Formats: sequence, structure tokens, C-alpha cells
Amino acid sequence: MISIPMEYGLTLAGILFAFGLAGVLMRRNVIFILMSIEIMLNAAGLAFVVAGSKWHQADGQIMFIFILTMAAAEVSVGLALVLRFYHRFKTLDADEASRMRG
Amino acid sequence: METLFYISSVIAVIATFMVMVKKNVVHALLYLVVSLLAVALVFFVLGAPFIAALEIIIYAGAIMVLFVFVVMMLNLGSKDAERESEWLTAETWAGPVILAAVLLGEVIFILLHRTGPPFSPEIVGSRQVGVALLGPYLLGVELSSILLLAGLAGAYHIGRHFEDEGRGGGRP
Amino acid sequence: MLELLWLIPCLPFAGFLVLALAGKRLEGRAVALVGVGSVALSAILSVMVAVDFMSAPPPGHFYTQTLWQWLDVAGFSPGITFYLDALSLVMMLVVTVVGFLIHLYSSEFMEEDEGYSRFFAYMNLFVGSMLVLLLAQNLLLFYLGWEGVGLCSYLLIGFWYKDPKNGYAARKAFVVTRVGDAAMAVGLFLLYNNLGTLQIQELMEKAHQSWSPGSLLPVAAAALILGGAVGKSAQLPLQTWLPDAMAGPTPVSALIHAATMVTAGVYIIARTHILFELAPPVLAAVAVIGALTLLLSGFSAITQKDIKRVLAYSTISQIGYMFLALGVGAWSAAIFHFMTHAFFKALLFLGAGVIIHGLHHEHDMFKMGGLRRQLPVTFWTFLIASASLSAIPLVTAGFFSKDQILWLAWSSGRGSKWLWAAGIVGALLTSLYTFRMVFITFFGEAHSEVSKKPGTRMLIPLVVLAFLSVTGGYIELPAIMGNVTIFSGFMHTALPPVKPLSGEHMEWILEIIAVVVSLGGVFFAWLFFLWMPGLSARLARTSPGMLLHRFWFSGWAFDWLYGVLLVRPFIWLARINKDDFIDLIYTGIAWYNQAMNSILSLTQNGKVRFYAMGIALGAIITIAIAVLR
Repeated sequence: MISIPMEYGLTLAGILFAFGLAGVLMRRNVIFILMSIEIMLNAAGLAFVVAGSKWHQADGQIMFIFILTMAAAEVSVGLALVLRFYHRFKTLDADEASRMRG
Repeated sequence: METLFYISSVIAVIATFMVMVKKNVVHALLYLVVSLLAVALVFFVLGAPFIAALEIIIYAGAIMVLFVFVVMMLNLGSKDAERESEWLTAETWAGPVILAAVLLGEVIFILLHRTGPPFSPEIVGSRQVGVALLGPYLLGVELSSILLLAGLAGAYHIGRHFEDEGRGGGRP
Repeated sequence: MLELLWLIPCLPFAGFLVLALAGKRLEGRAVALVGVGSVALSAILSVMVAVDFMSAPPPGHFYTQTLWQWLDVAGFSPGITFYLDALSLVMMLVVTVVGFLIHLYSSEFMEEDEGYSRFFAYMNLFVGSMLVLLLAQNLLLFYLGWEGVGLCSYLLIGFWYKDPKNGYAARKAFVVTRVGDAAMAVGLFLLYNNLGTLQIQELMEKAHQSWSPGSLLPVAAAALILGGAVGKSAQLPLQTWLPDAMAGPTPVSALIHAATMVTAGVYIIARTHILFELAPPVLAAVAVIGALTLLLSGFSAITQKDIKRVLAYSTISQIGYMFLALGVGAWSAAIFHFMTHAFFKALLFLGAGVIIHGLHHEHDMFKMGGLRRQLPVTFWTFLIASASLSAIPLVTAGFFSKDQILWLAWSSGRGSKWLWAAGIVGALLTSLYTFRMVFITFFGEAHSEVSKKPGTRMLIPLVVLAFLSVTGGYIELPAIMGNVTIFSGFMHTALPPVKPLSGEHMEWILEIIAVVVSLGGVFFAWLFFLWMPGLSARLARTSPGMLLHRFWFSGWAFDWLYGVLLVRPFIWLARINKDDFIDLIYTGIAWYNQAMNSILSLTQNGKVRFYAMGIALGAIITIAIAVLR
């Protein structure tokens, strides 16, 4: 049958996570930051599923469901915040919100 | 089947890379959708059809649509795209790329140490997942429903317009 | 009776404690009772002990009393031990009796001062320390008393501390005597290191046995002790502090800077005379220092305007006489002069105090005048004291003591005619400046009105001291005039006698010269300052006269010299050393903290991405640590 080493799956997850991390750190637009966070969550979920698949158990998938749920909740709240952010600062620059400096 | 896995992973990586690089928000979003679809395909290959379907429905279907709606509301245009390219200079992405690369390197290093035997994925179907959800993970299900409730209430409250604030001004 | 010896220093200490702890709460009369009473009791006890000692002398003519063991470490075990012999007995008597009279006087003099209890506390502490100094059996206890009197001198000179000038004078006194004290301490170290003990009698024995006369060690040790004595007794080159110390209240000047503390140097040289005899160059130096100092301060005294400064220079000069006597080996003559000097100098200061008190703290003699009608008792006692100071023949104590010194300066084995000549010139100067002071202050027309006449508590000490200034000399008459040797006979139980090398014939000649000189001084003073006062003023206005006047007025410019040689380089050194590399350590720590703060505060820039980068970095490092382990 199909034989995919677990490492490849995890490596894919790792690459996607790294991309997401770089995106969070690189981008100044809040929406892009949120998108990159989604990428990271997705990658983490992928890692879970790969692991669950190796052991032929449903636990990995269940974990992914939870992650998905959390991501959905987070995105809705986060985008609401983005709207507020835009109202307040008239721009989507994350660096504008630096009143807590010093 | 393996080739399917490799192809979809390559597509996922490329699409994610394009997400990072694109200046236009909507383009990046679309690339992100493609990436998610590719990952769903990977799930399918790995024998988790239920999760693959969930990924497409919820992640690509609901969350990304939410993103698109918000972007449309914010009415981001080409001016913003220019600003993005202004912001994405070499000195900006050098540091993060290095950090991410180092992290990736560490992860791969760990992985290389433990090469186990390749496994043959069985299909873990929806029935199995459902039984596990309503069995050992019942509490988690309940908690995530509370989380969704909290998210709902929070999003509603935060996104609300107050009477004394106009569309383009006012303090939050 | 001799067992009560320990009470004599302890009573003033007890008085000090009572006044220091509770003085503010006691009213004036109680304070005076404690302050004067403690010294009075000491005086009575001293007299009783003296009578007992002289009538039934203990074996060896000394008496030791140990209170307790002070230290006992590595074989070094000094005790709080008192040692009474003829030398310490005489000095103890003088200190307590004269001290009592001065305390009585100051109970009225300092009456309106708000620091009344503080004054008596300090004075009692001083008397206690001085007695410890005199009665100490070992040099460590002696040094304790030495430092104690130095401290009290500082405290009392700067008694009116609200005026910064007084504080400056007190600091000057302390620093200058400190130089001497440091030399003395090094001398003590030297003695202990080489001879292994600090008990005075034992020390002298060992020094006599182990060291040969003129070798390096005794010369060094004696020179260092001389350094200490010179500081405390205000001799050359450390005499600059005493004229400025007149900033303190007059009873302080009387007690400390006339009768007692300044004679501590004389005491220590007499006490360690064996050591000094083992170092002939140092002994010669003692005599030379004495001679030079008495001349130098004599010249300075004839130009002073402040009555207390005249008396200060006079004190320096008279102690020069005592040093001269010590240097030629006339040990008991020095102590004899110390005793008579204590009487008449204290009297002079107390009389000056009456004048100052009565004229509202006026010190300038030229603003006084004609006071003999307004202050008769003061005038007569002051006159008697001045006569004693000038060694007016036959009726005063000073005559006998000073002439004994002059005779022995010529005729002793270590004497020389140059020393005698210095002493004679000094005697002329003494009577000159003394009677200049008397004539300007008490004769002539009055420039100021006396507003406060002295009361009995101020007059009784004056009278008693005047009596002593006259009769104190009769216990020691020279060979040509009856050869009464009560005093020196008693002193020779503790100090070696001196043999005059010239005969009676020479003694008569020298005696006559001395008499002529002292009376001549009086005559010249009368001439220049009473009969033709304009003459001295005109002389002073000529250009060599003005130069001389300024030179002598400033004490032969020693202050200026020390300022240029020592004070200014020191201040310069302190100033360039202000930012030296040790400071760098402290300021470096502060600077480093500030630098770190400014660097680290850059990380608090409020930007989300930056913080996210921090998280990523932390994660990488943690994983790296886990991986590499």
C-alpha cells in the first residue's frame, strides 16, 4: 500500500509553520498578520493529523477539529478587532499601535 | 497515492510562499485558499477524509470567506498594495526569514534523528471520529462550544457601532 | 589614703557622664554643682594623697594601682594602671587645684551661655583625660589620655560652634597636633617593637640595658616622641595652632592652653627622660627648639593687639623655657617652672577673662585702658601675675623658677652660653610684652566702660592664684640665697639631679644680669607705652618697622609658610584626585546601569511584530538547547 514516512508529513508541517512565522514577523498589515497566524494554525493541525494517522487513531483528527474551532473563534474576534483598529487608526499598520512603548 | 501526496505538498508550499510575497490582499487570500485546499488533499491521502472535508468547508469555506468580507469592508485598494511593497523591503524580511529558517532547520534536525519505518495509512473514517468525540473527548466538545459562544459574543460586541461614533471617527 | 588614687581621675569622668547624659535637664546650679564639685573633690583627694605620699613615702618612692586588665593579646597586656611618683604627684596637684579654681571661675563666667552643661561636660572630660595622661603607668593608657585632651581641646576651642571661625580654629588645632600625635604613635610602635613592652618603668629599664647612647633606635624613638610633644606643647614647628585657639572661651584658654594640656609635652619628655638621655642629639634638639621658640614667640608677642593672643604667645614662650630646661638636663627645674607658670598664666587668663566679660567680649587692648580704677581686684592680681611672669626679683614665684632655668642653662653639662643668651633675651622680651600689656590695658585713659563687674566666684580664684604666684616659689631657693631645696629634693626621687658646673661666683653674676634684664624690660615698656606712647607708634610706621611689625605680628609668617608648603599642594592634590580611577568604579557602575537601561528600553517599543520576534527567538533558543543536549 501507500507508505509515506511520517517525517515527510511533519516536515511539510514544519515548512508551512515556518512560512507562517516569517509572515507574522515580516508583514506590517494586520490582515496579513492574521493570515499568517492562520497558516501557522493550519500547519500545526497538519502535524497532529499526520501523527494520528500513523497510530491509526482518531485522536489526531479530533485535535484538528478543536484547532479548527479555535481558529474560527479567533478569526471572528480578530477581524472584529481589525475593524476597530481601522476605525481608530485609519490605517492597517500594526506599528501604529505602539502607545505602550518605553 | 504517494505522488499525490508529494504533488499536493509542493503546491501547498508554493501557495503559502505566494501568500507571503503578494502585495495585494485579495491575491494573497486566494493563494491561501489554494494552500488550504492542497493541505486538505494531503489529509485525504493520509486517510483522514472527514478532516479533509472539514478543512475545506470550515477553513477554506468559512474563515477565508470571513477574511474576504472584511477586506471588502475595509475597501483596500491599489494604494494599499503600493504601501505594502514599500513596507516589504529587504531589511524587513531578512531577520524573520533567518529566524524562520533557523527554526525550520532545528525541526528538520530533530526529525532526521528519528527515522522510523514508513507506515501504511488506514482510513480513519468519520464514524470513528464521531465515536471518539462523543466518548473520551466529550468535555472538549462542550468546551469548544463554549469557546465558540464566547467568540460569537465577543465578535458581536467588538464589531458593533456605537451611536455616538460615526463611521469614520470616534473613539472605541 | 593612697588607694583612693583611682577616684581622682574617675570623679571628673563621672561628672562628664552625668552632664553629658542629663545635663540638659538639670538647672544651672545643679550643673555647676556637678561640674565644679567633681573637680573640687578631685582636688581635695589629690591634696590628701599628696600629704600621705610625702609624709610616709612608699618603698621606692612610687605607688602603683591597677584597676583592671585592659588587653591581653599575644603577650601584650597593658592594664588600666595608675602610677604615682613625685613627678605625677606634683603635676596632678597643679592640674586639680588650678583646674578647680578655673571651674569655679567659669561657673560664673559662662553663666549666660546656653551651652552651660555642655561646657562643664567637656571641661570635666578634659580634666579626667589629663589626669589619666599624668597617672598612666603604660604608654598605651598615656596615649589614651593624650588623645582625650586633644579631643577636648578641639571641642572646647570650637565651643561656640555657630561661628565658623571658631570651628576653623578648632580644626586647625586638631590637625596640627595630629601631626605630632602621628609621630608619637610611630614612636610608641617603635618602642614596643624593639623592647616588647609599653610599661614606662620597664621600658626605661630595658632601653637603658639594650640600647647604647647615641645609636639609631633611641634617637629615632626619642625624636618621634619629641615630635608628639612639640605638637601638643605648641613649640617650633607646630606652634601655629595656639594663637588661633584663643577663639575658645577664656576659661578654656586658661585651663587647657596655659596650665595643663600644653604642658603634656613637657611631662612626657620628663617621664621618658632615660630614653632621651640615651639620645643626646635629640636632647640637644629639645633645648634648641625651646630656645628658638621662646625667642620667636617673644618677638611676636610684643606686636599683638588682642590681649589673649599676647598671652598665647607668652605661653608658647614659657613652654619654650621648660623645653630649654629639659634639654639641658634640668628636669626638676622644668617642672618647677611648669608649676609657677600654671599659677600665674592661669591668673593672667582669668584676669583677661574678667576684662573681656566686663567689656562685652572686647579683645582689643587698644580699646581698653584705665581699667585699674574700674576693676581694682583684677588689676592687682593681674599685676602680681605679670610680675611673676616677668620674673621680678624676690617677690614672685616666677623669678625663682625662671632664674633656676637660666642658671642651669649656663652651668649644666649640656648647657651652653648661647642657650643662656637666648633665655636672657627672652626674659627681656617677656617683661617687655607683659608690661606693655599691663600698661595699655590698665593705665592711660579709658576707652570703654566696664558694664559687668566680676562676682565672688570669679574673684576668689584670682586672689588664690595671686597668692600662689607670690609664695609658690619659696619652696625652692637658689644656692646663693638660702639653698632651699624642698621642691627639687622631692623631685629627685623621680628625676635625676643636675650638677651645675660653674661656681657660686658665676651664679651671682648671672643672677644680677637676670634681675637687670627683667627690670629693664619693665622700664622699656613704661618708656615706650606709657610715657611716650607716640614713640613706638612712630617706630612702627617706618618702613623697616612696618615690615618687622607685620612679620612678628603674623607669628613669623609660619601660617603663610605652611599654607604654601603644605596646605595648597594638598588642596591641589585633592582637587585633581577628585575624579580618580577609584571614583571611576562607582560612577562606572552608575553609568553602566544607565547605558543598559537606555539599550534595553529600546526593546520596549510597543510594536507587536517586535514582541512576536522575541517569542520566536525564545522558542528557537529553547529548542536549540533541547536539541543540542
